[in-house]
Amino acid sequence: MQWSRLDHAMRSAAGAAEVGVLPADPTLLDVLQGFVHELRTAGLPVSMTENLDAMRAVEHVPLDDREAFKTALGATLVKHAGHHKVFETVFEVYFSMFGPGVRTADGDGEGGPGAGGPDFEQLRAAMEAAGAMGTVSDEELARMLLDALVHMDREQLRMLAAAAVARYAGMEPGRPVGGAYYLYRTLRQLDADGLVTKMMARARQEEQVGAGAFDERLLGEEFEGRLKVLKELIEAEIRRRLVADRGVEAMARTLRKPLPEDVDFMHASREEMQQLQRAIYPLTRALAARLAQRRRHRHRGTLDFRQTIRHSLSYGGIPAEPKFKRPRPSKPEIMVIADISGSVASFARFTLQFVYAMQSEFSKVRSWVFIDGIDEVTRFFDEADEISEAIHRVNTEADVVWVDGHSDYGHAFEVWHERHIREVTKKSSVILLGDARNNYHASQAWTLAEIRKRARRLYWLDPEPRGYWDTGDSIISEYAPYCDGVYECRNLRQLQRFVADVVEA
Amino acid sequence: MAERFASVADVTERLRSVSYLADTGIAGVVFLADRLEKPVLVEGPAGVGKTELAKAVAATTGSRLIRLQCYEGLDEAKAIYEWNYKKQLLRIQADREHERDWETVESDIFSEPFLLTRPLLEAIRADEPVVLLVDEVDRVEIETEALLLEVLSDFQVSIPELGTIVGKRRPLVFLTSNNTRELSEALKRRCLYLHVDYPDVEREKEIVRVRVPGIDDELAQQIAKVVGSIRNIDLKKAPSISETIDWARTLLYLGRNEVTPEVLGETLHVLLKYQTDIAKARKELGVDAPASPASAAAARR
Repeated sequence: MQWSRLDHAMRSAAGAAEVGVLPADPTLLDVLQGFVHELRTAGLPVSMTENLDAMRAVEHVPLDDREAFKTALGATLVKHAGHHKVFETVFEVYFSMFGPGVRTADGDGEGGPGAGGPDFEQLRAAMEAAGAMGTVSDEELARMLLDALVHMDREQLRMLAAAAVARYAGMEPGRPVGGAYYLYRTLRQLDADGLVTKMMARARQEEQVGAGAFDERLLGEEFEGRLKVLKELIEAEIRRRLVADRGVEAMARTLRKPLPEDVDFMHASREEMQQLQRAIYPLTRALAARLAQRRRHRHRGTLDFRQTIRHSLSYGGIPAEPKFKRPRPSKPEIMVIADISGSVASFARFTLQFVYAMQSEFSKVRSWVFIDGIDEVTRFFDEADEISEAIHRVNTEADVVWVDGHSDYGHAFEVWHERHIREVTKKSSVILLGDARNNYHASQAWTLAEIRKRARRLYWLDPEPRGYWDTGDSIISEYAPYCDGVYECRNLRQLQRFVADVVEA
Repeated sequence: MAERFASVADVTERLRSVSYLADTGIAGVVFLADRLEKPVLVEGPAGVGKTELAKAVAATTGSRLIRLQCYEGLDEAKAIYEWNYKKQLLRIQADREHERDWETVESDIFSEPFLLTRPLLEAIRADEPVVLLVDEVDRVEIETEALLLEVLSDFQVSIPELGTIVGKRRPLVFLTSNNTRELSEALKRRCLYLHVDYPDVEREKEIVRVRVPGIDDELAQQIAKVVGSIRNIDLKKAPSISETIDWARTLLYLGRNEVTPEVLGETLHVLLKYQTDIAKARKELGVDAPASPASAAAARR
């Protein structure tokens, strides 16, 4: 019985689906398979076993309980915290018609199977009953919204969000516009940026808030949180309408975003950059941990001749038990030289984060940045308590411009060679970061040959897609022969591969 | 086989009876673990109650908790079983006079009395209901993970001398991880995945109320809000739930019934353990350092 009810909801959800994986009249199983297919397309590694587990799991939850349904799918299909956001989006799209309210819509779920689906119809009916919002003025609506926010009335908020979308988003069927545009329109009309201030003023009127800056901060944060809830409700409403208009699969396709580990450093948004920052720490910690592990595990050094002979006396001069020297724990020393010129600006931000994370894990990391001049920045990272401070100091204090502030790898390497080549030893690994776009200056590749001769390892990480290498003024292949490895490093996944390689080496 | 829980609501209810407040996600996954007979991999930041969850489930189902603490270098002998070779040697020596043939001796010394069971084998052979907790599984090497796989997927252990030992009843299995390294796909495939994060203000308030008897509603609410706010600051180590509870106890002990900037300033070190974090939180929240050493000492006590 449960199945048939869900089937019904599903069918209306997928009714408008275009040609694709979903057949014209999908059952629950079809929709779930479409859902899993979409997850895989988005890049989540969902195996056959996990797929089957999910099918088994949903049998155990009451299907009209949306949260439990989502938990069941999440626990079986998504095994990585970073993937949860993608899962959530896809879930919202595929099961948007299956929203809050379905639980109580036991009998009257037979509403129009067309544009809205039962849930939506019910919501609108509720809305109209709740005070004919179709006729209230804009001011009235704004006032009610503020009320609902200050007293955090979720039900009211949900209805108001729906009303606001209906009124302000200006959605028309078939219009090829993304959800972000509608969200923006709705929020602008609601004056979302001013809402927190208004809430604060209102709270002060009602004397919910103490006088101190401390109380104010707490309350401000709480209101920010509520505003976020409102935004999510509006987004959900827009999504629901878009899915009804365009169909599940088309919608999923428009919303498809790369997984955190596939986000291109060069084009990462601010928010994505913050996520990357969080992801880099475990990675450097892994690097540090793996290096430490190798040291601990290889506990045999070379033969200790003296000890062996000394010990052999107790066996009558037969060296029965060879003795080994304890290996001296070699501290890996890492030297990072990074291009921070305009052409790699966003990559440079990531680079600096990477360096910062490395320096807080390894004791012996030294770092330099360059454009056409080069300057050591180790101290900025060591002294700074946090990354933003360090980056700020690097950007303002480091002396990296020599002539005109256009990258000149050749000159930078030459200067570095002159100043620091004697400090490179068999323990040092040198990592170069940059796109090798040299503005047609001389490459001075011999400097790398020298570095390599002395260093343990020399690596180059290039943030450009491999296809762009050696096009235009990129001269990566002039440097490549002197490196132990040149890696394309555009996202976390590739960085991870690099880290793994370095640890193996 | 009788299921341990009747419904998701039942899980929530019964965990609550042992002072563990689960949100719908946690309760949902525990319920599924029971029904699908699959282990649960619990991930999340330190101090959100991952280990506590396993303990609570054990307590509320009346099961024995068997715990395998993972560490680097954990091996078969410490995780599954080991032959008690000292005892075996003694036995062989004691047998010398009897001139018994090797077969008899062998079958004798490779038998139950000479077997040292370790947590995994113990969990498999247990007659009573058991909850198995494999704590901090991210600490073992990838190679050792493979050891766990056989146990987790088939719930059996092969001992060459004794044959395969199959579990009588599948216990609930919890694996916790602090995510210091990526676990293998093979392991993840076999588990249900549960990501536990810091609780929201409402839930944290409830936790404080349940775990710190005698605290009043208003104060618990304030505590939860302040801690939530502190977690928003970018810190080295955000306050864990147990630190919230410690802080609530401290405030109660000091007889404070309101969190003012002064009170927070005096007791911030209960929540935060790094000096740089404390300084940063002070700056962000606009809270001063304790006025006199005496009050600080009082707070510390």
